[in-house]
Amino acid sequence: MAKKNTANSQTEWDYAASPESTSHIRLEKKYQLFINNEWVEPSSKKYFPTINPATEDVLAEIAWATDADVDKAVKAARKAYTEVWSKMSGAERGKYIYRIARMMQERAREFAVIESLDSGKPIRESRDVDVPLACNHFFYYAGWADKLEYAMPHKKPEALGVAGQIIPWNFPLLMAAWKIAPALAAGNTVVLKPAETTSLTALKLAEIIKDSGLPPGVVNIVTGYGDTGAAIVNHPDVDKIAFTGSTNVGKIIQRAVAGTHKKTTLELGGKSANIIFDDAPIDQAVEGIINGIFFNQGHVCCAGSRLFVQENVADLVIKKLKARMESLYVGDPLDKNTDIGAINSKEQLDTINKYIKIGKAEGAEIYQSDCSIPSKGFFCKPTLFTGVSQSHVITQEEIFGPVLTIQTFRTIDEVIQKANNTPYGLAAGVWTDKGSRIFNLTTKLRAGVIWANTYNKFDPVSPFGGYKESGFGREGGVHGLSAYLK
Amino acid sequence: MEILKTYKIYIGGAFPRTESGRYYPIVDASGSTIANVCLSSRKDVRNAVVAARKVFGGWSEKTAFNRGQILYRMAEMLEGRKLQFLEELTKQGSSKEAAALEVQESIDCLVYYAGWADKFQQIASSVNPVSSSHFNFSALEPMGVIGIVAAQETSLIGLVKFIAPAICGGNTAVVAASEAFPLCAVTFAEVVHSSDVPGGVVNILTGKVSELAPAMAAHMDVNALVTESLGELDKPLALACVDNLKRNLAYQHAVPQGLQYITALQEVKTTWHPIEQIGGASSSY
Repeated sequence: MAKKNTANSQTEWDYAASPESTSHIRLEKKYQLFINNEWVEPSSKKYFPTINPATEDVLAEIAWATDADVDKAVKAARKAYTEVWSKMSGAERGKYIYRIARMMQERAREFAVIESLDSGKPIRESRDVDVPLACNHFFYYAGWADKLEYAMPHKKPEALGVAGQIIPWNFPLLMAAWKIAPALAAGNTVVLKPAETTSLTALKLAEIIKDSGLPPGVVNIVTGYGDTGAAIVNHPDVDKIAFTGSTNVGKIIQRAVAGTHKKTTLELGGKSANIIFDDAPIDQAVEGIINGIFFNQGHVCCAGSRLFVQENVADLVIKKLKARMESLYVGDPLDKNTDIGAINSKEQLDTINKYIKIGKAEGAEIYQSDCSIPSKGFFCKPTLFTGVSQSHVITQEEIFGPVLTIQTFRTIDEVIQKANNTPYGLAAGVWTDKGSRIFNLTTKLRAGVIWANTYNKFDPVSPFGGYKESGFGREGGVHGLSAYLK
Repeated sequence: MEILKTYKIYIGGAFPRTESGRYYPIVDASGSTIANVCLSSRKDVRNAVVAARKVFGGWSEKTAFNRGQILYRMAEMLEGRKLQFLEELTKQGSSKEAAALEVQESIDCLVYYAGWADKFQQIASSVNPVSSSHFNFSALEPMGVIGIVAAQETSLIGLVKFIAPAICGGNTAVVAASEAFPLCAVTFAEVVHSSDVPGGVVNILTGKVSELAPAMAAHMDVNALVTESLGELDKPLALACVDNLKRNLAYQHAVPQGLQYITALQEVKTTWHPIEQIGGASSSY
């Protein structure tokens, strides 16, 4: 955790390591599939390791579910739907969801530590963002279970049936909560597949689900790779597919369900604009840029990866940004000082490095903070590119890592055009002191979430989701319910 | 000697013939030709999408009140041309009673959505009480250019029931008329044209559904596709929609009135607006 001083950094801070204890967590050596409230062996008898991306140590062995296991899970979910869950009153359903929320709160720290171990994200983020938001998501939707008729005016709310849910590795527990909570509140049963690199917190959530007494089969968790996900998507008795992940896989799923009765919601990739006007509070904006692109190592679908700075403040903003980058700590995710943890997998690190190489080859000017990174594990220095244009690959494609591209603009019209010039439309940030300008931009930016003078804020009451190729449907808030109702 | 009407298509506020120069005849029950209509091409679809995209900004930024007035104006114009629609419907094989019902339903549909134009936002948006110092709200925004394939078994209502909710919410539309019963679609274009609807907001093509619908579904600048059970075509259309993740609304049977037809063509946008926090004044001041 030593931090070198450099010509660019204005301060030299060095903190003693402050690692979060792992003594209180309980991890099995081997995890089975969670079907019908029971831990069952995969029919293949195959397991795969899940590793700590910061050390490359194996944390546990995870069951690899086959088509037959997925079929078993879907059957359990269907039975639970038909015989129990669809007959239960909304108020009773809500009580189960409340209980899950409370039990998660009780075990919050354990979840945070395991999340950081398994995903590589800094403990500060898993402890203060992921886990509390996940608990709150259950808490929020629990209260909707007996109020569904208020959610959709003039429609009789009806559950869809069995929901197949496939979630990514960037916010493992939080995405599980985003998927499971509204599905249960609306009266559906669930078969959920976590990402193969981050199954642990979903399996810990399964422990809570079992402890909570939720009727068997209402939530089933099957672990595995893409083939397990495909088995869920292609299962004829699944009524709904909810997917968060890449646009490419989203399109594969959408093609697979074409012509079937399955409803889908897709929360996909992005290349979101973060726009800094000259009247913005600059220091605050610099913090926002940092948070926009380096939060969770940039593994955020709505990351503010395309920065647009008004020309007359560009030099100042970039200077301050570089100085701030120098003060970021990259290292042990469990250290409470750490700002940027480990890249989730070797595969993702390779992807990021590929894009950095492309950026250099395209002639963009690279700047990386002069920090030291651990010799073991998967790490990437915070990186920015200047001298880029709209046509550069690194400004068009989602990198999903701590890599920022910076462009400048002169007029509002210009920046709106540039910001909207992407097939994506997930989020955008606007930094200005002028409220009327915020509203002007928020109506013209074609994106599902607009943050003004902030970035990467999430809340269970706040609907989240994209325009265009960033997917469809919303998660969170009252709008998130309609994804799970007829 | 009766002056016969030339049925043309409607693109960008003008009535051209199809660029392809092709036509197909519409015959009545006795087998005699009642009209030659344009057999529009994929190129016509592309031209119509360009026209629709061009005016999307202007139409979506009109006030909701104004859009409501224009939809109501469409109802007025349709009412004024009632006899012409009745005649066309009966020519195409409807009974007098059925024709009268269909025209009335179409007028009512326009009046219904005229009323929604400045109200649906209030019903379907939300203010979200987030746990931070932000005014957070979710409002609806039109999706953009909508491809519409009219319900095929009717000439008028199958068209109006999809156009009205789309443009009510600020979208622009490219519409393929009923292949077998296209006459009312062209006459309806004249209603649109005389109702203060800016050219390009509604574009209407006649021709083969099997040619026009796939062109709309595959077009990268169309944001959503609205259809009603086209049988074997449904699956290929759904597949073609995937390339730009076009929203694919394939209704089994759509009724002429309903809030859900508007909201299905809207995106939900959530804005986090900062609230200044200075000083310690509480609401008990």
